[in-house]
Amino acid sequence: MKKRSFAQRIAGAPYILWAALFIVIPMAIVVYYAFTDANGQFSFDNIKQLADYKETFLISFEYSFIATVITLIISYPFAYLMSKKSAASQRIMMMLVMLPMWMNLLIRTYSWMNILERNGIINNFLEQFGIEPLKMIGTPGAVIFGMIYNYIPYMIIPIYNVMSKIDKSLLESAEDLGSNGLSKLRRVILPLSMPGVISGFTMVFVPSVSTFYISQKLGGGKVMLIGDAIERQMQTSYNYNLGASLSLVLMIVILISMIVVNRFAGDDDLLI
Amino acid sequence: MRKIISVLLIVVLTVSAVTLAGCGSSRVSEITSPTGTYTRDLEGTTINVFNWGEYISDGSEGSLDVNAAFEALTGIKVNYMNFESNEAMYSKLKSGAVSYDIIIPSDYMIARLLEENMLQPLDFSKIDNFHYIADEYKNLYYDPDNAYTVPYSVGMVGLIYNTTMVEEAPTSWSAMWDSRYADDILTFNNPRDTFAIAQFLLGIDINSTDTADWDRAAEKLKEQNPLLQARVMDEVFNKMEGGNAALAPYYAGDYLTMADNNPDLAFVYPEEGTNIFVDAACVPANAQNYDAAMMYINFLLEPEVALANAEYICYASPNTAVVENPDYSLYQNEILYPAEEDKPKTQYFHNMEESIRTYYEKLWEEILLADE
Amino acid sequence: MKKALGNVFIWIIYLILYAPLLVMVFFSFNEGRSTSVFTGFSLKWYEELFASRDTMTALQNTLVLAVSSAVIATILGTAAAMYMYYLRNRAWKATMKTVTNIPMMNPEIVTGVSMMLLFVFIGRLLGADNSLSFGTLLIAHVTFNLPYVILNVLPKLNQTDPHLAEAAQDLGSTPMQAFVKVVMPAVIPGVISGFLMSFTMSLDDFVISYYTTGSDFQTLPLKIFAMTKKTVKPDMYALSSLIFITVLVLLLIINISQIRQEKKNASK
Repeated sequence: MKKRSFAQRIAGAPYILWAALFIVIPMAIVVYYAFTDANGQFSFDNIKQLADYKETFLISFEYSFIATVITLIISYPFAYLMSKKSAASQRIMMMLVMLPMWMNLLIRTYSWMNILERNGIINNFLEQFGIEPLKMIGTPGAVIFGMIYNYIPYMIIPIYNVMSKIDKSLLESAEDLGSNGLSKLRRVILPLSMPGVISGFTMVFVPSVSTFYISQKLGGGKVMLIGDAIERQMQTSYNYNLGASLSLVLMIVILISMIVVNRFAGDDDLLI
Repeated sequence: MRKIISVLLIVVLTVSAVTLAGCGSSRVSEITSPTGTYTRDLEGTTINVFNWGEYISDGSEGSLDVNAAFEALTGIKVNYMNFESNEAMYSKLKSGAVSYDIIIPSDYMIARLLEENMLQPLDFSKIDNFHYIADEYKNLYYDPDNAYTVPYSVGMVGLIYNTTMVEEAPTSWSAMWDSRYADDILTFNNPRDTFAIAQFLLGIDINSTDTADWDRAAEKLKEQNPLLQARVMDEVFNKMEGGNAALAPYYAGDYLTMADNNPDLAFVYPEEGTNIFVDAACVPANAQNYDAAMMYINFLLEPEVALANAEYICYASPNTAVVENPDYSLYQNEILYPAEEDKPKTQYFHNMEESIRTYYEKLWEEILLADE
Repeated sequence: MKKALGNVFIWIIYLILYAPLLVMVFFSFNEGRSTSVFTGFSLKWYEELFASRDTMTALQNTLVLAVSSAVIATILGTAAAMYMYYLRNRAWKATMKTVTNIPMMNPEIVTGVSMMLLFVFIGRLLGADNSLSFGTLLIAHVTFNLPYVILNVLPKLNQTDPHLAEAAQDLGSTPMQAFVKVVMPAVIPGVISGFLMSFTMSLDDFVISYYTTGSDFQTLPLKIFAMTKKTVKPDMYALSSLIFITVLVLLLIINISQIRQEKKNASK
């Protein structure tokens, strides 16, 4: 039996207080707005209107899911290769993964537009070889690409974190027992890195679903994601009620899908 | 790992050092001959100003640093903050939890703020530079007795086109529905401005309160969907400058900026008419430093200050001291200040009642969904 | 061969990560006002930058906010992760984790507006007119940073062998000692990445900041996003390039000196 010291017990107190004040109460405010009308009267109107956004929800989830899966496919081998490097290289590589995110999102997105535009850098380059210009900006592909680009560090880092901790002796003993590369990956590395994968999946999928800026700039404003709809309700239409109910549904759906992901991963630790 | 934290510390230190270095620079931060009356009675107080981004001469490229000049003259410290749209400004102000002394929204938003009693009257006895405002910009519909507002900047929407990409110079909004330019057409990424284009084209009042009118405009816009390359706001600069699109509606003054970087661009006010806007300085009802706000508004009207702002913003100025100044780089510019016979038909946006607003917002979402 | 292939993969990923930054640095040297048409080489935007009081204040505000919110979130979040790790009541543990995820799941604008409404409400209770200020902005940033810290620290904790700490206690350590000596070192990398992610999130946040800041505290992202009617000039590109190069150079210097140090130690 592990004994918990008094210190460990009270370690959570400030956070519980903080979470109650600044997470739970604002959440209650969102719920309140979702079920009232502009005059503060109880109403299901906002919920009824959600039917109009069925397609928007579907597209948002589809794009974010694709983006998250691709991010995972890229990040996993990247994190693995990173964890094999020397300690010094690992430090540098990790910082280099984070560094681009320190630059302003707007400026990075504008730069991507310069690269992907019809007369952009890629198409100018292709032209040298007589290749027809590609249409990139304003396509769903550009939106998905934007999601991957923006959130990939949040996938690489947690996976790398757990991989760097995998006991080298475990791998060696697996080799001693006759595991080849593939079965070593499947039997030892994959299961042990699962907590990182799940963290990463959450940290990429969740913000992707509610993003709005990327779809407006890289999608040419032609792809309406749920984040765009919410942003417009809250900001332009000043309809907090509909905005709140949209985001409430979004949260419930995300919550459910996270539970499914966790079950699927066979980890009984909910959500992390 | 401690090293990473030390990196952060070093960055912070470097930046602070850089900041200090910046203070010693030689910028134009004083005006030579103020025409209005100013006192230093309020020295040491602060004033909170809320304005559009990039909407005041800030001292870059040898221009006048307006806020610094105001501080030098009056000793009042200016806290300057920016917003990106009238609606964003509104939601912040509506919360009641911030107090600005000066805001500079557009006409229809001023009408809304007045309707909701969120502004207070100005004391024009303290704004002795008001006589510089041209008569055509006084007593506008949103403030018929001109008690609450002082115009700051004026603009009109027009059609920007790339002469190498269009077959003949467009004269009508209908060019934006021309299938020859499919995938080369840009439009606004907000409902009001987008609807206005269809409404002008169909000859419908842009402030119509008849939902059937909005339905017709929406139908017209849906027809346009397959031809559109993108719905944009400021991305229009990069797209048009880089020759990535043939046609785009945007503000006249911004066309002048774009044309600097791409001489192939040209501009027209479509014959059906177009939207005109006025951004004006007002004082919110909960302002804390009213007297300083009067002084600030007066200062914005100073010929030197208004000139610097007009040069910087590139929109038309409502200030006669600027418009009549031959040294003004856009003096008699035919796009900003068209001669009487070339003036386009223009119409202001009015504040729409809630039900119409909700109605067209809904239509707008339908248009977007139809586009996917 | 395999190794070379791996390296190529790594380089391609870095190329993509850094492609827009190269474009950014390039256009920061533009002579004209455009960020898409290069008209000539010039350093003028760098000069403009240093002379602009407004920009420098915004930069300072941004850094102060990012550092302070990341520090607070890291301390609070690490303690919270420890607490959750030792929790044995499963239902309560699941509740805690769900609550932790809320700020991340909510679209930013919803978090921003709902926090603003809360602050306004509390402000009215306390009879304050201007309830939004640097304090509320800081609270908001700490709140949306917390899940990133917890999500980084908790997996690390889950990875540590609980028997190790128990063994330490069996050998006579107090729980506190066992914690400091055994658990702490194992979670430090998670704490650091949590801190870095928090710092990163806070540095670039626009939406939540817009709703929770007061009338006299403007950060750089707020300033830049407000430019979306009149567009961003290359001076902002110059500023970002400077930050980028400064951090990059410092990073390399520190790491190289560290590697040298390690080699020296090894040869002794």
